Amino acid sequence: MKVSVELGNKKSLKKEEKHASPFKLGFQRFLQNKMAFMGLVVLSIIVILTIASPWLITHNPELTDLTSQDLSPSSEHFLGTDSMGYDIYSRLVTGGRVSLVVGFCTMFFTVVIGITFGAIAGYFGGKIDSLMMRFTDLMLNFPFLVFVLFLISIFEKTTVPLLITALALTSWPTTTRLVRGIFLSLREMEYVQSAKAIGNKNFRIIFRHMMPNAIAPIIVNATLLMAQMISIEAALSFLGFGIPDPTPAWGGMLNDGMDYTIMTERPWQWIPAGVLIVLTVLSINFIGDGLRDAFDTKSTRR
Amino acid sequence: MSNHLLEVKKLSKYFPIKGGLFKRKVGDVKAVDQVSFYVKKGETFGLVGESGCGKSTTGRTLLRLMEPTDGQILFNGVDLATLKGESLRKARRDLQMVFQDPYASLNPQMTVEQLIEEPLNIHNIGEKKDRQDRVLQIMDTVGLNKNFGGRYPHEFSGGQRQRIGIARALALQPKLIVADEPVSALDVSIQSQVVNLMEDLQQEFGLAYVFIAHDLSVVRHISDRVGVMYLGRMAEIAPKEELYTKPAHPYTQALLSAVPIPNPRLKRERIILKGDVPSPSNPPQGCAFHPRCPKAFDRCKVERPEMMHLGSEHYVACHLYD
Repeated sequence: MKVSVELGNKKSLKKEEKHASPFKLGFQRFLQNKMAFMGLVVLSIIVILTIASPWLITHNPELTDLTSQDLSPSSEHFLGTDSMGYDIYSRLVTGGRVSLVVGFCTMFFTVVIGITFGAIAGYFGGKIDSLMMRFTDLMLNFPFLVFVLFLISIFEKTTVPLLITALALTSWPTTTRLVRGIFLSLREMEYVQSAKAIGNKNFRIIFRHMMPNAIAPIIVNATLLMAQMISIEAALSFLGFGIPDPTPAWGGMLNDGMDYTIMTERPWQWIPAGVLIVLTVLSINFIGDGLRDAFDTKSTRR
Repeated sequence: MSNHLLEVKKLSKYFPIKGGLFKRKVGDVKAVDQVSFYVKKGETFGLVGESGCGKSTTGRTLLRLMEPTDGQILFNGVDLATLKGESLRKARRDLQMVFQDPYASLNPQMTVEQLIEEPLNIHNIGEKKDRQDRVLQIMDTVGLNKNFGGRYPHEFSGGQRQRIGIARALALQPKLIVADEPVSALDVSIQSQVVNLMEDLQQEFGLAYVFIAHDLSVVRHISDRVGVMYLGRMAEIAPKEELYTKPAHPYTQALLSAVPIPNPRLKRERIILKGDVPSPSNPPQGCAFHPRCPKAFDRCKVERPEMMHLGSEHYVACHLYD
């Protein structure tokens, strides 16, 4: 597109209206999808709130105040305080950081590993493919929880980078298989053959010709993966293997609500965290579904 | 021999059949079986045969899009079959391909300009500005509106897309273009446009074509010489007029008798072949055509016929002429 516009100016050719690439057309279809658009709006609000949290908090979310435990919501503590004396509202606003950072980074590294492995295996095929796929199969069957527990016990304290590493190392095989499948089918397409016939190098065929045509399903997969990673992070925190106090995290706040009196008598201590997790995961899932409907030209319900 | 641009000697392409436990090789599909022919500078060599007879595989093997199992592909005296890596990539400059399906052979994510400019970029031809001029020039040559450069393939009709495909193949000014059924996916009215375009380009640039098709009338129109393939083997090679007027191989005779003549009153003998094409994984002993051949005799069942010279440039693989 850019090239043609420059050319148009230089040659002063009459340009017609701008032309949309298939990718752009898909994105337009995506924006017309109401549920997906809603998901995008809700997710944006959550992300903005989380980024703006330093200006939104009323108390230091990592500081306990043992003189004010288990307070009910009031004008000073919007959502009250918990049994440790943390201000729940401030922790809630800040707690999204862990979830979103873990979700996004894990997704990113998983996709990077998945694309690299999947593209190489799918494009070259043959022995390279079988070798890499057997390794992938091995990792696919690796017990994820055991691996995470193992890592955490080695490092004593769970940190965000550790969590990301553990999650990315166990979740890449599914993405790799997906990418490999796409590349296997793309490899036989005539335009890939044509790229080869023209004298492209393998590297350029993979990145210039196959990747742009594989990226749509990969993005869809990545979105859904991010939602999954956020819920896994929350689940780990809930089980006590997440980021420890005083760092606020939604999953950890849910964990604090695992007490009969808190659960029944002080719902403001745990319901908001649960709602935020559900909202985040749901909106990302809606975005993923919307992307799939928009980019998968074979899908009938549109 | 010096005017032979391309000389193919005993080219074979076998696909292994794997089966059983541990995927052992249990046999071969002989898609192309010891095919030999040559193409002279600036001529069109038509390659015909029914579906599955190996003509497309032959075409793709010529460009090394598939690895030949055996044989030589001499292009300007260099054996393409043994080239590797960088030298193969460079050799591809002179040898291009036009694909059958114009809907699948263009990358949907690239604009027309990018598609046509790509070969020039890859082989580092000219400066950026020259390349853009060249793209416009080629678009003009193949009859595409110059203003359409920013469009994507999905905005074009089949015929226009095939023009883009031809433009892309032309960009490098190759000496030989392998056209794999370039018109069979197009409407009849568009077919003639594309065929005529290809003929004009041949005149202009002195191109040689290997024109693969199953439509005998199209091949008759464009070719100088025609090769007939049956079950992965070359049955007959002859100059166009001779092949269409005096077909030597019984298979060619049957094939030609099936071409419809636009005159309902004209009576002629139609040779109807019995049975189906045998499987190329288990071709018949001797001549591959003998189970269906109306003129087969004992020798055909045991001995595979070699290519025989019938005078001028007429070759046939049939024991009847021995």
